[in-house]
Amino acid sequence: MFSSFSMPLLFLIIFGAGFGRLIGQMMPGVDYIQFMYPGILAMTVLMTSVMSGLSIVWDREFGFLKEVLVSPLNRSGVLVGKAVGAGIIAIIQGAIMLALAPILSVPIGLGTVLALLPLLLILSLTLSGLGLLIGARMRSQQGFQILMQLVIFPMMFLSGIFFPVSGVAIWLEVLSKLNPVTYGIDAIRQVFLGTEVAGVTVFGHTMGILDSAIVVALVGVVLLTAAIWVFNRQE
Amino acid sequence: MDVIETCNLVKKFGELEAVNRVSFTVKAGEVFGFLGPNGAGKTTTINMLCTLLKPTAGQATVNGFDVIKERSQVRESIGLVFQEPTLDDYLTAEQNLRFHAYAYGIPKNVLEPRLKELLDMVELWDRRKGKISTYSGGMRRRLEIARGFLHHPRVLFLDEPTLGLDPQTRHRIWDYIHDLRKRENLAIFMTTHYMDEAENCDRIAIIDYGQIVALDTPERLKNAIGGDVIAIKTEDNEKALRLLEEEYKFAPSVENGVVSFTVPHGEEFLPGFVSRFPLRLLSIGLRRPTLEDVFLKLTGHTIREQQVDPMPRIRRIMRMRGH
Repeated sequence: MFSSFSMPLLFLIIFGAGFGRLIGQMMPGVDYIQFMYPGILAMTVLMTSVMSGLSIVWDREFGFLKEVLVSPLNRSGVLVGKAVGAGIIAIIQGAIMLALAPILSVPIGLGTVLALLPLLLILSLTLSGLGLLIGARMRSQQGFQILMQLVIFPMMFLSGIFFPVSGVAIWLEVLSKLNPVTYGIDAIRQVFLGTEVAGVTVFGHTMGILDSAIVVALVGVVLLTAAIWVFNRQE
Repeated sequence: MDVIETCNLVKKFGELEAVNRVSFTVKAGEVFGFLGPNGAGKTTTINMLCTLLKPTAGQATVNGFDVIKERSQVRESIGLVFQEPTLDDYLTAEQNLRFHAYAYGIPKNVLEPRLKELLDMVELWDRRKGKISTYSGGMRRRLEIARGFLHHPRVLFLDEPTLGLDPQTRHRIWDYIHDLRKRENLAIFMTTHYMDEAENCDRIAIIDYGQIVALDTPERLKNAIGGDVIAIKTEDNEKALRLLEEEYKFAPSVENGVVSFTVPHGEEFLPGFVSRFPLRLLSIGLRRPTLEDVFLKLTGHTIREQQVDPMPRIRRIMRMRGH
């Protein structure tokens, strides 16, 4: 668990210190750390959830997966169980990150925490779907790790964690709007900072918290269904 | 009653035909074996029968259930001991068995006595709380056999059950298997490339390059060879070969400098042969045919040859895949 903390925390501290003053001049009224914090929270969830797929590859490499596959156990259930497991771990990590919020001078209250937990859960289940989909057919752990890096890094940088989605080059903006993590982060940021600062616009409609949550949930359903389908197929 | 029935089972991986129109049946309570070298298609066939792989063509039923359309029912009714270890290393032996019981829906009241019974059978009851990471290869295999039978399947699949084990453990494992079989009328489908292990079977199918080349009891297969095997070493094996073919009308073969041929009632033939053979004999031996002889006669090569040099087959496979 600790290793998936260190990176997001590091980003937060270094980027916050490095870019803090710069961004403060560009976007008045917003502390950069407060701007980044929701994204960093989501990054923690992102990394843990996607790694849920690793457990499948691990089991496959060590043979235990065969015991599961040949038993009468419902394969869909096995997969959903892994997603839920990843969800719970992600929530715990999210909770720890939230506990650090006061130290980083990010304003936080009970209402914020309660609103955040379901959002984090939905985001985690969706990203587990992605990790499980990739892990469902992967044969080696190294292959999985490599593919994960290739997938996670663009998702992280194109999701509004470090800079706002609007007002950047068109291709960046389009790619970000195709990324489900963007909507997850947007919803989280709105819970923290209110709607004036955040709010991704899609085809002219500004996404509220509920809108974004629904988008993330829908993508999650698609990914999990695909993962279940791939996992169920016989070779 | 047939517990396994296959009809023209085929499995292709791209261009490679791993299993090529394999048909056989296994009766209840029978020990049925697939004997053949590595790469012959034994594991692929087992994987198809236990629903891990989908056949490219052909049909198969296990315990009356179709392996493609009725997968759940097949899975509930079979037990499997794989070639590779499939235990969870982080759990204890008992925990692994309890997970298996959960996966197969074994009720608690049935499970507790059965756990003791099976762990006692494989002599691991005292070590049941040990983590699998502390287990030796032989212990793991013994545990997997206990696990495979935990839910009392009607068929137990054993894929190379004693591969890589020392002779004592191999012997013990076969003791457990025979014991299980006698008590429970269990049918066993096993694969092996060990000739002596195949002697445990009621019937054997000899498989090579994805096809069954013979299917019968070990006794009848050996009798079909045509008698006893006589192996000689002479000062001139080339000439001996020719002589045996032309004068004696045998079908001799040569391996490692030893010329072998089969003749009925070898003990009666031998004295006359030794006194009348034109060439000087350096050594001579007489034995009953083994399954190795059967394999050699049917396929033209021995199983041992295959083990020593897998490269030609690997190169063939790579070429077929387009490398």
